[in-house]
Amino acid sequence: MATDKSSMQLITNGILNENPIFRLVLSMCPAVGISTTVMNGFMLGIAVLFVQVFSSLTIAIFKNVIHPRIRIPTYTLTIATWVTVIDMVLAAYLPEAYAKMGIFIKLIVAFAIITMRLEMFASKETVSASFFDGIGMGLGFMAGMMAIGFVRELLGLGSLLGYDLLGFKPMLFFVLPLAGFFCVGLMMGFFNYIETRYKSAKRAQA
Amino acid sequence: MKIVAMLRRVWPTALFLLLLIPALAWAGSIAGQRFGAADEIVLTYGAAPEQATATNPQSYSVHEEADPDIRLAVSAASLGSDGRSVTLKFAAPLNTLKPHVVTVTGQGESIRVAKSYLGYLFGILVSALLINNFVFTKYLGLCVFFGTSKRKDTAKGMGFTFLIVMVVSAIMSWFFYQFILKPFQLNFLQIVVFIGLVSLTVQAVDTVLRKVNPVLFNSFGVYLVLVIANCVILAVPLILANNEYNFLETVMLAVGAGGGFMLALYLMASVRERLELANVPRSFKGVPIAFIVAGQFALAFLGFSGLSIF
Repeated sequence: MATDKSSMQLITNGILNENPIFRLVLSMCPAVGISTTVMNGFMLGIAVLFVQVFSSLTIAIFKNVIHPRIRIPTYTLTIATWVTVIDMVLAAYLPEAYAKMGIFIKLIVAFAIITMRLEMFASKETVSASFFDGIGMGLGFMAGMMAIGFVRELLGLGSLLGYDLLGFKPMLFFVLPLAGFFCVGLMMGFFNYIETRYKSAKRAQA
Repeated sequence: MKIVAMLRRVWPTALFLLLLIPALAWAGSIAGQRFGAADEIVLTYGAAPEQATATNPQSYSVHEEADPDIRLAVSAASLGSDGRSVTLKFAAPLNTLKPHVVTVTGQGESIRVAKSYLGYLFGILVSALLINNFVFTKYLGLCVFFGTSKRKDTAKGMGFTFLIVMVVSAIMSWFFYQFILKPFQLNFLQIVVFIGLVSLTVQAVDTVLRKVNPVLFNSFGVYLVLVIANCVILAVPLILANNEYNFLETVMLAVGAGGGFMLALYLMASVRERLELANVPRSFKGVPIAFIVAGQFALAFLGFSGLSIF
């Protein structure tokens, strides 16, 4: 069952239509926990992108060898292997960023989004389609994390990527860890609002 | 005879005096020690100390028992109104869960300041349950938290399943970590081993429950699969490996984390049952409003942060 979508469609699908954070509402823990700055979102996004792409590839290559009854444990172990790799790489080369993200890098192994993509996509599709789907999902996650980080950093610290833009701190509240809940909730509501407006505008046109 | 009778009358006094001799020898030294507020250690001297040395911050040197090289700076030492208790104030709050060692430099005497072990264990439990609640202050397990907190009975079932799986998998992980990973220096396999143990526990609970209590299985079985893909469960082994907890501490952490997750789920479900009836703006219906409610819970749980019982 090969998908008829082009590689570009697969990538945009992950970023927009099936954005892991805002549309599928999966992997919320890091979206709330460590999305205080754009940089944090970017770093974790890179890690998730790496794990997603390589796990998707691994499963797509070996999908015919894996017995269906043990597929979930196989997925988990595959993800765990790639998470171990990225965990050690980050600990060795970017110790500062690694310390900031703390336990969340190790917990990528339990992110529902990756397992779900392996189950829904990589175990059925071709290797190249799985590769692009993995890239799309990883980028979608990264975009979601960075969007939340953008709002929180701008409102909380008045800066972006560490550069002071506003010169004052509009709402310091948003930098508190728990403001992640409010921020994600408000942003989701906002995106829903845009979507309903967009749809009704389309309907009015037709 | 008279002498014996007199001795009989005198010997308790003599014994008392004998007991007093060591106490006299200790005069000027410290008789009691405890943690005061978060950044304080209170020392009680056996007799009134010399004021100049007792109130000089330089005459104390304090470190955590585990790190003798890292001296904690004493910012002030003040004598209490009874003239015998000295309060050492520190620049930064102390980690009162860890034992500290205070050395009075003039006397070359070291005292260990620690909370009672039972209190410490209870502290771990309360900390995992309320102060560092895994959902509201560590932001873990949110997928399942938002997914299954729509109904109260679902929330109860899910929370209980989590509690069981968490305790069992934490105990197994502890054994694996202490007796296999650590001795053979396989620490880099932590993630793989722990996630494997969690899946194993889930599978085992599934099988056992199916045989032992089919009724319970019918109501819980659906959630068991969800448990595997959850960071809360995996976080407990990672934390216990990081902190080098012993067995009792591990059990306390797991019970606290599981109980905390159950508590959070139940609280959230109670609110969401009412939200169904509330008039919520259309774009906020469902998950977005649940996030905002969770944020308010997190704000409320922030209030536990200063809690210390022992």
